[in-house]
Amino acid sequence: MSPKTLYDKIWDAHVAHQAEDGTCLLYIDRHLVHEVTSPQAFEGLRMAGRKVRAPEKTIAVPDHNVPTTEGREDPAQMTEESRIQVQALDKNARDFGIHYYPVSDIRQGIVHIVGPEQGWTLPGMTVVCGDSHTATHGAFGALAHGIGTSEVEHVLATQTLIQKKSKNMKVEITGKLNPGVTAKDITLAVIGKTGTAGGTGYVIEYCGEAIRDLSMEGRMTVCNMAIEGGARAGLIAPDQKTFDYVQGRPHAPKGAQWEAALAWWKTLYSDDDAHWDKVVTIKGEDIAPVVTWGTSPEDVLPITATVPNPEDFTGGKVEAARRSIEYMGLTPGQKLSDIEIDTVFIGSCTNGRIEDLRAAAAILKGKKIKDGIRAMVVPGSGLVRAQAEEEGIADIFKEAGFEWRLAGCSMCLAMNPDQLQPGERCAATSNRNFEGRQGRGGRTHLLSPAMAAAAAITGKLTDVRELM
Amino acid sequence: MDKFEKLQGIAAPMPLINIDTDMIIPKVFLKTIKRSGLGVNLFDEMRYNNDGSENPDFVLNKPQYRDAEILVAGDNFGCGSSREHAPWAIKDFGIKCVISTSFADIFFNNCFKNGILPIVLPQEQVDTLMKDAEKGANARMTVDLEAQEITTSDGDTIPFEVDAFKKHCLLNGLDDIGLTMEKATAIDTFESRSAQSRPWV
Repeated sequence: MSPKTLYDKIWDAHVAHQAEDGTCLLYIDRHLVHEVTSPQAFEGLRMAGRKVRAPEKTIAVPDHNVPTTEGREDPAQMTEESRIQVQALDKNARDFGIHYYPVSDIRQGIVHIVGPEQGWTLPGMTVVCGDSHTATHGAFGALAHGIGTSEVEHVLATQTLIQKKSKNMKVEITGKLNPGVTAKDITLAVIGKTGTAGGTGYVIEYCGEAIRDLSMEGRMTVCNMAIEGGARAGLIAPDQKTFDYVQGRPHAPKGAQWEAALAWWKTLYSDDDAHWDKVVTIKGEDIAPVVTWGTSPEDVLPITATVPNPEDFTGGKVEAARRSIEYMGLTPGQKLSDIEIDTVFIGSCTNGRIEDLRAAAAILKGKKIKDGIRAMVVPGSGLVRAQAEEEGIADIFKEAGFEWRLAGCSMCLAMNPDQLQPGERCAATSNRNFEGRQGRGGRTHLLSPAMAAAAAITGKLTDVRELM
Repeated sequence: MDKFEKLQGIAAPMPLINIDTDMIIPKVFLKTIKRSGLGVNLFDEMRYNNDGSENPDFVLNKPQYRDAEILVAGDNFGCGSSREHAPWAIKDFGIKCVISTSFADIFFNNCFKNGILPIVLPQEQVDTLMKDAEKGANARMTVDLEAQEITTSDGDTIPFEVDAFKKHCLLNGLDDIGLTMEKATAIDTFESRSAQSRPWV
């Protein structure tokens, strides 16, 4: 048998039909649904008189629009349009008989945090969602990617997707990370190296000692941003850490089924002599705590660097960098650590898990945020929030001056009331620094939770290693 | 789905690279539960000033490009979110073809589901078409999907590649779901086999 990559193995296990030209029907094991990209898909089913083919494999949760302030069960807290979307999901979940975690359920949260937390996401699965950050689930060795609304409707109706296979790309992070360097720095550093289109046409497998050393939470952070590098999906081969994380979760297999699953999961790795279409290698020790300076996730530099000069780039990037620097209100040559911020946002499907909150709290413990800074922490799920409260982390945030919010996507994409004002500058643990992403005219610097905590304390972008 | 066969129209130049889905349709417009009506908000933050007035410098606000049906854009067009609102807004505005050196994967697929043809060409040819588009309303390009050929306003032709299955669907306006449902037996077979081999799913 010819050697295979992890992606090859998962792909082969899910081809339900292959046409002569290589177009496949790929079977989908888990379909996650949220309120923004699904209403038109359910409407399409209704108009065609179609049912959801596998409601038991379909899981819905509202996250993008929901307010993160107390008393949000009261629909009056939402704008009318948001309320209509959330209520449409309530109704669609009920009418089509799919699993549902409403706003009032403590298990509600960001769809990419709820899936793994509830044991819906398992190694070797195909997982899709009408959301680009579905790549998160690749941390379990699941082939997971975002789809558009037409494809949401296609999966609801047929439990398959029409797909052609992507190419294989290996991203190896060798050796150990230095203190103060986290999974977020790894994933940003990779995008800084490959560019936002570097992964286009590929599925990435992340490997190497620095990846193996990461917790499951850290691995989810790395895979989450595979899409920002343009890749269809990011994968990490499952290992004992994966199995330990999964075991005992509500929807994980049990008893004899657990044993059977485990036996298969242990075969899910890339064979030694498997073929890679592209290989990128980065030394773990070369990665520093990083921040973004521009309006693309590839605009990333170590915190010790300065704002670049647009003339340092080539091609279309010269004009793009000029536009970014102007939008961001920066000056070429300015030290990144001199950039003063107005706001700190800790949360999102990239960095809204318990370990992220612990990392930020470790920096904040016994300290106060700088006067005048608006800081909020939005746990990724109700269960993350409850755990943080139990561990005393919530108190550290509150005593430091952070707002302690309820779970949702919040200011990552600012569809709910949590938004930046024009010109407001935010240190954010989220995944996109696009123009207007966190609110029209808002300025976003992406960084790790520990770096966000450091920025909250000093009021400017800060090298977290100075506070450790 | 609307068919795409042959299009002759005005092409608007947008040489900026990394035009992302938040630029194409900002999230405030994602709260709709319909597919239509988004054209007025296409490129909203670039197209309108803070007071809601039109930004006269933005390409689609210029008189010669207001009726553009083709967009020639910089690298990595459509990067970011999976929101199909992006192609919905493009289509609703009246643009049916986007040409670039590269597209983000999800956006690229979403186009085909909505009767929009995204065309990938090498940098040099995109540069040629960009220059042609900069000539304004007198420069009408022709995009012939059947022949897989773009004809510039000067009569030069540039061939392009397109996936055969996607081409077939666009030319005939075929609905993917209907096509897949014809293969229901294969899906049934896969499901029953999988229930044996991976019962925990």
